[in-house]
Amino acid sequence: MIPVPPAIQRIPWKLIAILAGITGFGLLVLYSAAGGSWSPWAWQQGVRFLVFLGVALVIGRFPIRIFEDFAYIAYIGVLVLLLAVELLGFVGGGSQRWLNLGIINLQPSELMKVTIVIALARFYAQLPPGNTRTFTALWPALVMIGLPAGLVMLQPDLGTALAISIGGVVVMFVAGLPFWWFGSTAAAGIAALPIFFSFLHDYQQKRVLIFLDPESDPLGAGYHISQSKIAIGSGGIGGKGFLNGSQSHLDYLPEGHTDFIFATMAEEWGLIGGLALLFGFFLLLRWSTRVALKARTRFGQLTAAGLTMTIFFYIAINLMMVMGLAPVVGIPLPLFSYGGSSMLTIMTCVGIILAIENDSKTGSRRFH
Amino acid sequence: MPKKKSPPITEAWRGITFTRRALVVGGAQAAVGVALAARMAYISVVDNDRYVLESESNRVNLTLVPPRRGWIVDRHGKALANNRVSLRIDLIPDRLHNKEMILGQLQTLLRLDGDAMERINRDLKAASGFQPVAVKEDMTEAEYSSILVRLPELPGIAPQRGFARNYPTGAAVGHLIGYVGAPNAEEYQKVKDPLYITPGYKIGKDGLEKYFQEMLKGEPGARRVEVTARGKVVRDLSTQPDMQGKTVHLTIDAGLQEYVARRMGRESGAAVVIDCHNGDILAFVSMPSFDPNSFSDGISTSEYAWLRADDHQPLINKATRGLYPPGSTLKPMAAIAAIEHGVDPSERHTCIGGYRLGNRFFRCLGTHGSLDMPSAIMKSCNSYFYWLAHRLGYDAMAPTARLLGLGEEFRLAGSNQRYGTIPDSAWKMRKYDQRWTASDSLNAVIGQGYVSVNPLQLAVMAARIASGRSLYPRLVNRQFRNEPLPFSPEALAVARQGMDLVVNGAGTAVRSRLPLDGITMAGKTGTAQVRGLRTGNGQSGTWKFRDHGLFVGFAPVVNPRYATGIVIEHGMGGSRAAAPVARDFMTYLFDREKGMEALETLEAGWGGSIKERMDRDYAAWKSGASSDPDPGVPQ
Repeated sequence: MIPVPPAIQRIPWKLIAILAGITGFGLLVLYSAAGGSWSPWAWQQGVRFLVFLGVALVIGRFPIRIFEDFAYIAYIGVLVLLLAVELLGFVGGGSQRWLNLGIINLQPSELMKVTIVIALARFYAQLPPGNTRTFTALWPALVMIGLPAGLVMLQPDLGTALAISIGGVVVMFVAGLPFWWFGSTAAAGIAALPIFFSFLHDYQQKRVLIFLDPESDPLGAGYHISQSKIAIGSGGIGGKGFLNGSQSHLDYLPEGHTDFIFATMAEEWGLIGGLALLFGFFLLLRWSTRVALKARTRFGQLTAAGLTMTIFFYIAINLMMVMGLAPVVGIPLPLFSYGGSSMLTIMTCVGIILAIENDSKTGSRRFH
Repeated sequence: MPKKKSPPITEAWRGITFTRRALVVGGAQAAVGVALAARMAYISVVDNDRYVLESESNRVNLTLVPPRRGWIVDRHGKALANNRVSLRIDLIPDRLHNKEMILGQLQTLLRLDGDAMERINRDLKAASGFQPVAVKEDMTEAEYSSILVRLPELPGIAPQRGFARNYPTGAAVGHLIGYVGAPNAEEYQKVKDPLYITPGYKIGKDGLEKYFQEMLKGEPGARRVEVTARGKVVRDLSTQPDMQGKTVHLTIDAGLQEYVARRMGRESGAAVVIDCHNGDILAFVSMPSFDPNSFSDGISTSEYAWLRADDHQPLINKATRGLYPPGSTLKPMAAIAAIEHGVDPSERHTCIGGYRLGNRFFRCLGTHGSLDMPSAIMKSCNSYFYWLAHRLGYDAMAPTARLLGLGEEFRLAGSNQRYGTIPDSAWKMRKYDQRWTASDSLNAVIGQGYVSVNPLQLAVMAARIASGRSLYPRLVNRQFRNEPLPFSPEALAVARQGMDLVVNGAGTAVRSRLPLDGITMAGKTGTAQVRGLRTGNGQSGTWKFRDHGLFVGFAPVVNPRYATGIVIEHGMGGSRAAAPVARDFMTYLFDREKGMEALETLEAGWGGSIKERMDRDYAAWKSGASSDPDPGVPQ
């Protein structure tokens, strides 16, 4: 046996394998979606993955303290960016989601998905255990979630607002807040759905209505869902074969390389490909959930659990959308869909969870 | 808030709670994951068939190719209705992404007018999905290729090389053949055949085109192509050729049909020619007519208005739908009836310029002196027949008239007939609840009063007198028994002899003797009053109050071959208007060159062929209609 050097041992090979497996599969689908070509999507996506993987590995080397110390500052900073976007959008007219920083288009709402989890984790990590069941444990969290979620709703971006809220709420839940608070809020929320619905934009209302009855408008807004289901359904068990998907190649499937990439994949790879991809995501989430359970600090526990939820939410909402179980909300499939913003968010999450894992390997467990 | 005794909250408790709740969250996530996997399995395994089908119907675009319509040919196989190549452009609504831009381009490229654009927009609104909307038919090669080269920039446009109905002789066959047209919404609702909403598909709308629709329609072909969502054809998958409809063979003689139609000239009327051997209808003409080519291409509103406005009624088939008092054309029939009832044809009656019935004096057109039956027919002496009618009563003659085909509705392909009246006492009692009078008989025997017939019946009567058999008229090869008529040979011989004298003796139609050696025509003229006897003489004045001119006849006199019935509306007299037409087409039948010569001389005087005259009239009407603020007022 050749002894493996510790520096190489420290590299999380299993995690890299999972990420590379999912992304690599995605690259094949992008290659096919481009009509059998590495450009314009697959090639760029591959390079992007390598860069972001490096970033994640570097983040994973950071001491966890840094995240805890900068949690609030980062939160406030991103909140200011969100406000700036809102103001720019107000000036420019119409809906605005990103800041043009010259090199990249920064989408602050993406950053908020991560920072809300870190900020809340820090808040609950510092909260004295005795206050867990008091109002003090509740209102600051609600304000912290409400502000960014509200701003993102104004953009308007329902999907991201939901993602931010879910991430925050899960941190509150695992922090040990009374169970019935969540139960009654959920009940009240369901009761208030019609009111909430009336606050939505026309196009958002339409999406929800069409989700409820896609056949009502098969050529208009229901087109996406119908064509996506046709792509998945026609793939069958084994798929139509690599490069043989007619739905995507003949442009029937809209957004076949971004939001609806799962349908593109399912058409060519069938149920087997879908289950394989789900298994890949399962491995990723199992890893991050284990990190949460084994975390050495309470901050680490809460952060890992919250970020796991953030990643899961992406996957679940996207898959529900392409299978006609959720309205079309414009959430990409992590690591699979073409696009930088979502990959940056996911890899940041992965990096932070990796940092928590590394932290738990270094010292004794402490909870404060 | 329910205050319950809870354990003190410690870090350890918090740790346990976290683990528990993290597992709850993880479990929930796993449950969602399993649900998603199940959902996917459901879509791709259970619903697989349905989605495969939908995916195929996305990918594969099935275009119906309208079948070529069967031909309608004459007795010699010459086409009366055939197909010609038609270049057309359609729009596929589903693939039209930038409607305004595309329509704008089409408008400039094809020089579409406002009416056309309005129709396209209306059709586009009504159409859905992949149901094509016609933009333009019968385009020139230049127009068609101007679209073809721009096809990549014009998504949603489908050029097609199709077929359109063509009637080589145009208006000459209008009322015989009918016309085709695009199916309307009701017709589509009835059959629900997707072919009915395929542009370029036409169904028979009138006449034989409608009657033989099932035979003529054929089987559509189909073209399967793989297309992108934007309608770009990626490749052809398969093509199934269409099956042309069956050919309908008519008894018509195309040359004669066209000749008769042309020979009608500017007159309004109808003529039917029947083969005395078997009842074949050789010509079936009603003029003026419409050009069925115009209807098949989708007639314009103004052209239709022009046809409707014409007082010569080109939209009415006068050969079967026109009813006329037959006038003296019924006198040979009356002669047969009289002989059958025991009248001796050599018995003489003296015409004193009329006939006295009680205190009424029924006038004759002349004072013919002493006449036997053949010369009474020759001179068309009313007095003689008044005398016969008074003696026998019309109830003795009506059955003979019916045996000769008068008052009968024939089972004739594609025709819609008005069959007129052969009156008798029972009929009058039924209809007016009045007794039949002797003066009714006198009026009826000279073909006035209650008597009305259509030109087809006149031709059948002529054919039956000529052949002595009850010939049944036919347009297609259907078998009829055509049994001998129950008349004595003598009766028929007297009628024929009288008709021979009309043309070749000293009768009313001597000017219409055939200009041929050895072939003669027999006939009987008729002049039917349009107004009552006392108002005007019917020989001049307003066109619509002039007398109708009628003629029945057959040729040759010996061994008759062709029989005819002609009505020239308001032609002022049978010998003047109708008999010359018969003379010319009978001449044509025996000597085509001689017949054509006569026709061409006449046509030069009328101002050209039917089409030339119609085009000119239409143009004049259009310019008049557009400049005249009130086109309804006759000039």
